[in-house]
This record gives sequence, structure tokens and C-alpha cells, in this order.
Amino acid sequence: MPRSKRPSGLLRNLNAKIAAIPMILIASVIFVGCTVWTVVHSFTKSRLLPKMDFVGLDQYERLWSTRRWLISIENLAIYGLCMLVLSLVIGFVLAALLDQKIRFENTFRSIILFPFALSFVVTGLVWQWILNPDFGIQFIVRNLGWESFTFDPLFNPEIVIFGVLIAGVWQGSGLIMVLMLAGLRGIDGEIWKASRIDGIPKWKTYLYVVIPMMRPVFITALVLIASGIVKVYDLIVAQTKGGPGIASEVPAKYVMDAMFSKQNLGQGFAASTMMLVSVLIILIPYAYLEFGGRRRDK
Amino acid sequence: MTSKSLIPNGPRPRRVITGRNIMLYGTLILVCLYYVLPLYVMVVTSLKGMPEIRMGNIFSPPVEVTFEPWVKAWSTACTGLNCDGLSRGFWNSIQILLPSVAVSIIVASVSGYFLANWKFRGAEVFFTILIFGAFIPYQVMIYPIVILLREAGLMGKLSGLVVVHTIFGMPILTLLFRNYFTSVPEELFKAARVDGAGFWGIYFRIMLPMSLPIFVVAMILQITGIWNDFLFGVIFTKPDIYPMTVQLNNIVNSVQGVKEYNVNMAATLLTGLVPLTIYFISGKLFVRGIASGAVKG
Amino acid sequence: MTTVAVKDLTLEFGAVRVLDQLNIDIPQGEFLVLLGASGCGKSTLLNCIAGLLDITEGEVHIGGRNVTWEEPSDRGIGMVFQSYALYPQMTVEGNLSFGLRNARMPKAEITERVQRAAEILQIGPLLKRKPAALSGGQRQRVAIGRALVRDVDVFLFDEPLSNLDAKLRADLRVELKLLHQRLKNTMIYVTHDQVEAMTLADRIAIMRGGVVQQIASPDEIYNRPSNKYVAGFIGSPSINFFEGRIEGTDSPRFASGGATFDLTGYQTAGAPLRPGEGWLGIRPEMVVTGPEAASQPFTTTCHVDLVEPMGADTLVWSHVAGAPFRFRMSGQARVTAGDDITIGFSPAEGSLFDKQTENRL
Repeated sequence: MPRSKRPSGLLRNLNAKIAAIPMILIASVIFVGCTVWTVVHSFTKSRLLPKMDFVGLDQYERLWSTRRWLISIENLAIYGLCMLVLSLVIGFVLAALLDQKIRFENTFRSIILFPFALSFVVTGLVWQWILNPDFGIQFIVRNLGWESFTFDPLFNPEIVIFGVLIAGVWQGSGLIMVLMLAGLRGIDGEIWKASRIDGIPKWKTYLYVVIPMMRPVFITALVLIASGIVKVYDLIVAQTKGGPGIASEVPAKYVMDAMFSKQNLGQGFAASTMMLVSVLIILIPYAYLEFGGRRRDK
Repeated sequence: MTSKSLIPNGPRPRRVITGRNIMLYGTLILVCLYYVLPLYVMVVTSLKGMPEIRMGNIFSPPVEVTFEPWVKAWSTACTGLNCDGLSRGFWNSIQILLPSVAVSIIVASVSGYFLANWKFRGAEVFFTILIFGAFIPYQVMIYPIVILLREAGLMGKLSGLVVVHTIFGMPILTLLFRNYFTSVPEELFKAARVDGAGFWGIYFRIMLPMSLPIFVVAMILQITGIWNDFLFGVIFTKPDIYPMTVQLNNIVNSVQGVKEYNVNMAATLLTGLVPLTIYFISGKLFVRGIASGAVKG
Repeated sequence: MTTVAVKDLTLEFGAVRVLDQLNIDIPQGEFLVLLGASGCGKSTLLNCIAGLLDITEGEVHIGGRNVTWEEPSDRGIGMVFQSYALYPQMTVEGNLSFGLRNARMPKAEITERVQRAAEILQIGPLLKRKPAALSGGQRQRVAIGRALVRDVDVFLFDEPLSNLDAKLRADLRVELKLLHQRLKNTMIYVTHDQVEAMTLADRIAIMRGGVVQQIASPDEIYNRPSNKYVAGFIGSPSINFFEGRIEGTDSPRFASGGATFDLTGYQTAGAPLRPGEGWLGIRPEMVVTGPEAASQPFTTTCHVDLVEPMGADTLVWSHVAGAPFRFRMSGQARVTAGDDITIGFSPAEGSLFDKQTENRL
């Protein structure tokens, strides 16, 4: 049987294959290649230049005995935990309020979301100004007659991270609100009809019916907030420069300083690898829930 | 008449002022104050003269409105290196923005189209890597990228920054386009193949004209994202082509001289103006962009 | 002459075998309907013929050419889809001419072909409109037009009428049949609607699990289904089955639930009837009621459980020989649940299936 020319596997849909090259390159060279490169070099004693001079876990030992790194981790933990809780709670409550068929919903939503359009640098600088003890909130409250009122987070190492937190929540909670609102809108309206017929109070419906139904949205929000937390850098640089002293340092800033101003590449690589590990700790359970769960459903 | 109104008849009487409504709107207005106040403070501070700032509180409206701080922020504020204001950063940012937005959207839309309609076996692996890549902290990849760009001779150049923005825009944009193109009925794609259109034919003549809204969404995402970028600007450019955010930070946080808060706030506002404009013009599309990008992420 | 031939066609998705060693020959000008429940592989087969799916094994021939590895556009086919698949941003004219423009046909000829197709389908006044401004019926007409302008021998229809409402569906069905009579193209038509299949087809291929169960004329499929599945699938309300034994060789009888059905005169599919386990299928339409019932080879009195009046006729649910039994009466018949009525039919006109193989005896 004379068969017509079988198009060779490689040449078939050649254009499609050419078009996929940038994606393949970015995925393999950058996201896999560069990550592996950094992890491998975190075991070397690179300083000014990357060297393949392996020293085992030395860099990590040094890292975990550096006070600045420990403060960074502590800050990240406090900031992260508060940010997670506040964003989720504020985001959900605001979304539920906006979902009450209120008037001016678009206006309210626009106002709550607009900070998300601004950069962290702008956010940091605005709140640096508002929290300025000589002119900002502290000054105003004292002028109102409460002379001993003290609220100067940016100058108090104990609470500086909460000053950053206020700005972070201001910038990011609108996004979570929008996600939650989309989630609420995605819930079948008949659920509400059913709960009205059954006479279940609204708050109970939210707590026992709606929130469990919105599990995927919560997980998405959680992952988004969490990955944002690990990356926090610009906000700190603009608002506090890590100060006072090193009181508001964060891991991302530690890495950048080690790599680009202290010529201590090995420390930078080790610290960034630790960041990667912390992301994986968040991401792997998420991926399992998301994709493992889906397979179970099928 | 009075007796009739007691019999339930016609629409149920509604009162506008109820306890519930007062609570609801009261809470929302308070919340909105928290979100609006910083913007308000920025505006009033930027319109005051320095003497007035030193005396009054930051919330009081300016007694004497002056645009001096805005002029200074734009054209003469000092960054420590030079004193020609934010205007330089603005133009740098524009020059970074245009090619970065264009290139990243072109590459990502073609990739998304490929994944939706033409993927070969195993192509999903790369997509999965991209999506996971969106969560890897930039700090992990940044140094090797510096080396790669240096080898390619693009380090410190505008084109290098364009490449970086394209790379890190890939995950979210590819996801956005892939999901959109997947939602286009498969039969349309089949019909076009029966009509003899190939990879590029279907992309340009069927998919592209159908998907203008998603391109607008992607543009909004990228314009705000790239304009607001600070990290890549610091790492991958040199002072004379620093983007606006980096310049802003250098002006405000420069340690030399007296702090001019009004100029700082004017500069901050100027930097935020582009994304804010985009945000308030695009409205629903902006929301759709971040929601569609995020919900499926 | 054969226009479309499918030879030993097999399609696998991973480990799943979707189509299994299919062989179909379609002569020039035939209207072949692929009929089956959803998931039986009928649309998949159509996509394989169109070249929209790469097959695992076998060959596809169209117009005497082996087109197994050809691109869809080079196979000499036109295709109409369920969702119409009109390009939303192009006008009707643009939709019709897109394929021709891709083939770099001279402008004058494109215009001529579009005009001719528009005339045949009476969509001339719509040419400048966008699909969004058309009704469902008009959209489907344009979709058919898109296949028409290609001037090909073979038309493929993938459930083209499923998205339309019942009345429009009936209208377009007639139009399609007229179109076929006029153009005399080969048409392959996928549907799950047996009315469409029966009314349109020259031949029907009934598919199940990627295998063709029977391929024959509508009349043959209805009256002489080749196996129990086909018998049950075709006909609405569906055929009544009795489970029982075939007894006797010279004067065969079928015994089920205490009743005995005389099979004298039954036309066997091959070998003469032999005693054994089997199924007897009686179509609801074969049942006679009223005075003529008594003259039928099989007569019984049954209790009416439920009545479904449908206008033109009335459907009666009952039991015969212990098995559920439905039959059709005239719409004028006055029966109510609880009545006892006498019915009769000729078992020899029914269909017998082997208990094990479920094939026609």
C-alpha cells in the first residue's frame, strides 16, 4: 500500500513548536536552571564572585548564627502571621458587607482596592509620612490633649514591624476583598433562598455554609498572601530601610544586601535558598490539595 | 385608609434608615476612611509650603495652596547624584514600560495560545513549571540572571530590563491567555482548520480579534506591574536609566539636606499617578484582571 | 463508487481505545448517519475522518485518495458544527469566504461561490451581518454555507441541529434533506436524535463503545435490528423485551413468564431456530387493540397501569406475561388507568435475540 508522505514528527506543526520555544526556555533555563544554580552555589564559599568551592553547610551555619538573619526571620514570622490573619478577616468581612446589595458598591470597592494599584515604594513613603511622630498621628493625638500618647512605630524597634504591617494591609487587603467578593458572587443564589426558607440567620449561613463552600477561594487567597509575604522587600526599603538599626530587616532584604552591597554571595545564596524552602513549605501542601484533591474527585 | 394599610397588600413597606443600614454604611465609611486618608494626606501635604507643614498637622487642608513642591519634585529635586527631578525617572519608566509591556504580552499570548490549542505531549510540564515559578522568590533567581545578562551584554541596559520583565510576567500572563483561549469553543478552532488556516492564521485572524478584552486586561496588569517595579529597576539598570520608583526612593530617602516633606509627597503622588489613572479609568477590567489572574493561580 | 472509506481505523487516547478497528464504506451521494448514545465515539469518528484528530492505526480514504495524513483543509471536506463555530468578528460573507481566501482563490470566484451558496440557503440579505446579529437557525444556515462554498464532495455534520429548539430543528431537518436531494453530495451526519437519523439517512450506523453495531437502512434497523442493543436503542417508546426460552424446532414457540408466543413464520437471520434461552422483542407499535386484537396470533387481556396521552396517539403502560409492557393506541382511544383491555400482536414479526450473544436469531 503506497502511503503518502508521513509528516515527520518533528516538522509537524512546526510553527507551533517554534512559538513554544520562549516558554520552554524561560521555564527550563530561568525557573529551573537559575534556581538550581543558586541552590548549588549556596554550598560554596563564594564571596565577591561565584566559585565552585564547596564548603558544605558552612554558609547555612553562619546564616543561622547571624543576628540580622534571625531578626529577619522573626520579623517575617510576625509580619506574615498578622498579614495573613488580617488580610483574610478584613478581606472577607468587607466582601460580605459589600455583598449586601448595598448602594454605591462600585464606589466602595474602588476606594478599598485603589491602594493595590500603587507600588510598595509609594505605599512605604506615604505611611512613613503618616507615622512620622513629629507631624503625623502621634503629633495630632497629642495636640488633641492626650499629651502622653505615644505611637511612633517607625522609631521604636519593638513595634516597627507593625508600622510596616499597617501599610502592607492598606496596600494588599483590597485584592483579597475582591477575590472574596468574586467567590461570594460565585455561590449559587439558591443557597441563600434555601437558608431564608429554612430561617437560618445570615451570620450562621456565612459561617457554616458559605465559608466552607468558598474553601478554594480561601486557599487561593492564602497562597497569594503567603507568596507576597516572602517577597516583601520594596516596602521595607522605602518605609524603614530596615531600621531603626536592623529592627525591621526581612529575609529578602538580607539576600539583596548580601549579594549586591556586601559582596557576600554565599550568604545571599544560602539565605535565598532558605526563602525558597519556606515557599515550598507553603506550596507543596497547596499543590497537593489542589491537584491531588482533583484527582481524587475523578 | 388607615385600616387598609394594616392589611398586607402591595409592596412591603421599606424604611431606608434601619439599624442594619446604619451599621452597614457606617462600617463601610469608616473603613473607606482608612483607605482614603493616606491619599488625602499626600495631596494636602504636597500643596503646602514647608513652614505650614512644620506648624500644622498633616490632616489640615492647606491654608495657602502652592504648586511649588510639584514643580520642584518634577524638575529640580535631588537624588544624591543629580538634581533634575523626577522627570528623568518618568521618561526612563516610559521607555522601559512600552517595550516591556509589548514584548511580554506578545510572548505570553502566543504561549497561552500554544498551550490552549496546539500543545504537544509534555508541553504541560513547562506550563506547570511556569506556574510554580510564579511563587519562587525573585531573590533565588536574580543572581544567575545577572550573570546571564552580563554574558549577553544586556546588563545595565534597557533591553536587559525588558527581558527580565518578560520573564517574570510570563507565569501570570500565560495563565491568563491560556485560560482565555481554552474557553474559546474548540469547534471554532476546528472550523478554522477545516478552512485551511494554520498556527499563525488562526492566531491572527480568529483568536486575536476575538480576545481584545483579555489583551486590555493583560496590558493593565503589566502597565501597573512594570511601572511599580522597584527591585528589577535597582538591580538591572544603571543610575542614568533608573525607573521612576527607584528615583523616587532615592529622592525621599536621600540623607543629604533638609527633608522637604511637601516635595517628597508631590514626588510620591507623581509616581503613583500613572497606575492610579489606569486604575480609575479601567475600573472593572482591572478587577477582572487581578481576579482572573489570581483565582486560578 | 465509494467516496469515503474508513479502513481498520483505531484510535487510542493513552490506554483507552476510543475507536476499535472500524471499517465503513460510504458510496457516492449517500447520506450516512452515525447514531449512538453520548460517548459512543460517533463524533470522534467524524473528527478522525475530518483529520482533526490523529488516528492511531488504519486509513481514511476520501474520493479515492488516501488522506490519512493530510491536513483537514486538504481532504476535500466541508464540516458543520453543533455550536455553529462561526467566526464572531467576521461578517457572514467573511465567514463564508475565509476558507477560500486561505486557499488563495481569485476574488471573482470567491464572490461567485459565496453568492451561489447564499442563494441556495437564502441568506443573501444577511451577508453583511455579524453572527451575533443572527438567529440560531440563520447561524446554522451560514455554517452549512461555509461547507457549501468549498465545493467539496463530502459534507460532515457534527450534531448540527442539537442547539436549536424543537420546531426549528424539524424545519431545518427538512431543508437538509432537500439540500441533499439537490446537491447529491456524500453526507456524514452525527446525531444522538433517532428521529433525525430515521428521517434523514440513507443508511444509519449505530455505534456503541467505539464499535459499529449495525449499519443498514432505517427500515432494516427498525424492523430487523441486528442485536438487542440496537433494538432497545431505536424506537420511542422503546421495544418491549420478554426473557424466556425458545422451544420446538418445527413449530417454534417462545415461552416466558407462563405465556407462550407462537413463532411460526419468523424469518431467521441465518440458521434455523434452535431451542435455547433468548429474548423476544415486541415493538409498541405492533400491538393491535379493539376488535382486531382477537384475530392476532397472540392475544391477551392486560391491566392498564398508566396512560400517557400524547395527542396523536396514547401510550399505555401495562404488564404482559409478568414483564412491563408498553404499547401505542390511537389518540382517540378512551382508556384510563385501572381498565382491562384486550390486546393482540404477531410474535413472528418481533425480533429474537440469543441470551448469551444478544445477537439476532
